[in-house]
Amino acid sequence: MGRSDQDLTDLPAASPEEEPGAGPGGGTGMSVQRALLVIGAVVVGTVLFLLVFDYLRSPTANRLSVVAVAIVVGVGGVFFLFWTMNKIVDLLPAWFREGLRPYVFVGPALVILGVFLVYPVFNTLLLSFKDGISRDFVGLDNYRFVFTNEDMMRAIRNTAGWLILVPIVAVSIGLMFATLADRLGRGEAAAKSLIFLPMAISFAGASVTWQLIYSYRPQGFGSNIGLLNGIMLGLGQEPVKWLELQPWNNLFLMVIMVWMQTGFAMVVLSAAIKSIPDEIIEAARIDGASEWQVFGRIIVPSILPTIVVVTTYMVINAMKVFDIVFVQPANAEVNGTVVVAERMIRWFFLLDHNGRGAAIAVILFVAVVPVMIWNVRRFREQEAIR
Amino acid sequence: MSVPVPVTGDGGSRAPGETRKGGWFIRVTIIAIVLLWLIPTVGVLITSLRPESLSESSGWWTVLAHPFRTAEWTLENYRLAITGQGFGNAFMNSLAVAIPSTVIPIAIAAFAAYGFAWMEFKGRYVMFITVVGLMVVPLQMALIPILRLFTQGVVLFGYRIVPDLDLNQSFLGIWLAHTGFGIPLATYLLFNYIASLPSSIIESAKIDGADHFTIFWRLIVPLSVPALAAFAIFQFMWVWNDLLVAYVFLGGAGQNRVLTVALRELVGARGENWHLLTAAAFITMALPLAVFFSLQKYFVRGLTAGAVKG
Repeated sequence: MGRSDQDLTDLPAASPEEEPGAGPGGGTGMSVQRALLVIGAVVVGTVLFLLVFDYLRSPTANRLSVVAVAIVVGVGGVFFLFWTMNKIVDLLPAWFREGLRPYVFVGPALVILGVFLVYPVFNTLLLSFKDGISRDFVGLDNYRFVFTNEDMMRAIRNTAGWLILVPIVAVSIGLMFATLADRLGRGEAAAKSLIFLPMAISFAGASVTWQLIYSYRPQGFGSNIGLLNGIMLGLGQEPVKWLELQPWNNLFLMVIMVWMQTGFAMVVLSAAIKSIPDEIIEAARIDGASEWQVFGRIIVPSILPTIVVVTTYMVINAMKVFDIVFVQPANAEVNGTVVVAERMIRWFFLLDHNGRGAAIAVILFVAVVPVMIWNVRRFREQEAIR
Repeated sequence: MSVPVPVTGDGGSRAPGETRKGGWFIRVTIIAIVLLWLIPTVGVLITSLRPESLSESSGWWTVLAHPFRTAEWTLENYRLAITGQGFGNAFMNSLAVAIPSTVIPIAIAAFAAYGFAWMEFKGRYVMFITVVGLMVVPLQMALIPILRLFTQGVVLFGYRIVPDLDLNQSFLGIWLAHTGFGIPLATYLLFNYIASLPSSIIESAKIDGADHFTIFWRLIVPLSVPALAAFAIFQFMWVWNDLLVAYVFLGGAGQNRVLTVALRELVGARGENWHLLTAAAFITMALPLAVFFSLQKYFVRGLTAGAVKG
């Protein structure tokens, strides 16, 4: 691993020197020497990598040093990869070299995407037509199961609720807050930071956080330490089992996601609002427009593209929501809070049925295809403008 | 917690005389929303600092009535979580997962974005569209095949095409997975930025004899620091907070488990131990909060560079 570090540091110094030699024709005596150097670096690098990965797996190694080595190797390795590939291409004949060079740059991304996204799409499709242990083909049985199973139907309904309500509420609050904060003057930055803060919290952490709000204990089994039930008791009411209160418990879980994502919407929308020229707004005010008219006729239309982008991002996020439901200690099936992505994980990893898990994944994918088509179209339009 | 830094550089740059009618209304609304948003986090912080007996018997808000009674505060919960529940270990594992999983996808995506923006080759447009289009493939769809790839390799028509890579439960496996899932968005955002750099500087570097690698390394990377930093923060928070990928590729138990997984196990095993749960939850939040508050200037500037113009 020392190897890759060293390569990194002497890289900027080494490359300009080599420029004259790398011109058309190239040096002959020099290039043999360089070839040996590059091949040597590749061999040493590979051997070191293999040794290091054995070390990372050893169960007895000291944790701190394992972690330190892992970070250095992981970070250094990727730069070593590009450096080596570029050097190898330098060694090739000149007529071939420049045609291949772009693939040094885009090749790794394409390979990794091929393995981690393209291959899985086709593989999942195949698995969804096979049985629970992926041995025999069962035709459309898994899909039939998915669309007749009661929990699954409920999960589809719930997910539809998530991806309609969460983006609308989060974007609305974000837009309102951004507009108001823009006119706050002093303290604007601090206020925005505090709204954005939940973005930095994991879904797992957020779920613990919100249990302190929703927690319930029957009377006589300890005092209620959840904030909502504290308020109920303070008002002289009976405590409520918030997370078992169907169908409202779905809404209570959505509140958690709104709490986490509003900050993101607010920050992006706020930047868009600030990019509206002041003159336009001032002119409208001088013409006698009310603040509501300024908001509805000038601010919103001007930042509409940004609102659309943010909303789309939230819809995709809501469609994939899993953690918030999965980490709840209460049983999602009994409480009716199941969602599609959570069903998929449960069938695949906890109920051990590959086919059904894969079928649910395919349905998720089909649901986002329209978004993908829209995304590509939007990119084409942008390209046309460029 | 640290002192909030301005979210945007130009915060409050509007002309004076701006806050005219409705000033108090705006102020009150903003303060109300901020307080509402803070309540859950404050609850966790307070509970994590109270002794078990108290956090079990009374709500955290009761502390507000007498905040200066020293018997009501303790750091014991953090000690218990870090040593007894293995959160110290899990914290280090999270670092070993999150740092390379942030750097690797950004490096690969930056090279690719440069290639797509400034190099001429066949199929450039189609490849770029494919990369960006993959942004919407749900992560959940990819987990199963990749897990099988890691544990079984690929067998097609009886021939073993890819050997059993034995990457499951390893750091390399999860780095690669996060890299695959992060590249589409990273390439998209970095392409927007890198393609908008003036072509004159790249042309003049070419005339001076610099090759693509040198241009990228000495010109593009330094110029793209805002965009790189913005995506780095985004990706770091994402990876650090991820439960799903870590749960699938590193497992729920074992020496490599990360913070979010450890927290999830703790919720499952001790659903009612608030003093431990809240301390553990705060340990998982500490680093992303610190990263966010120290680097948020870059975050906003870089993220909005592409999004707002569009």
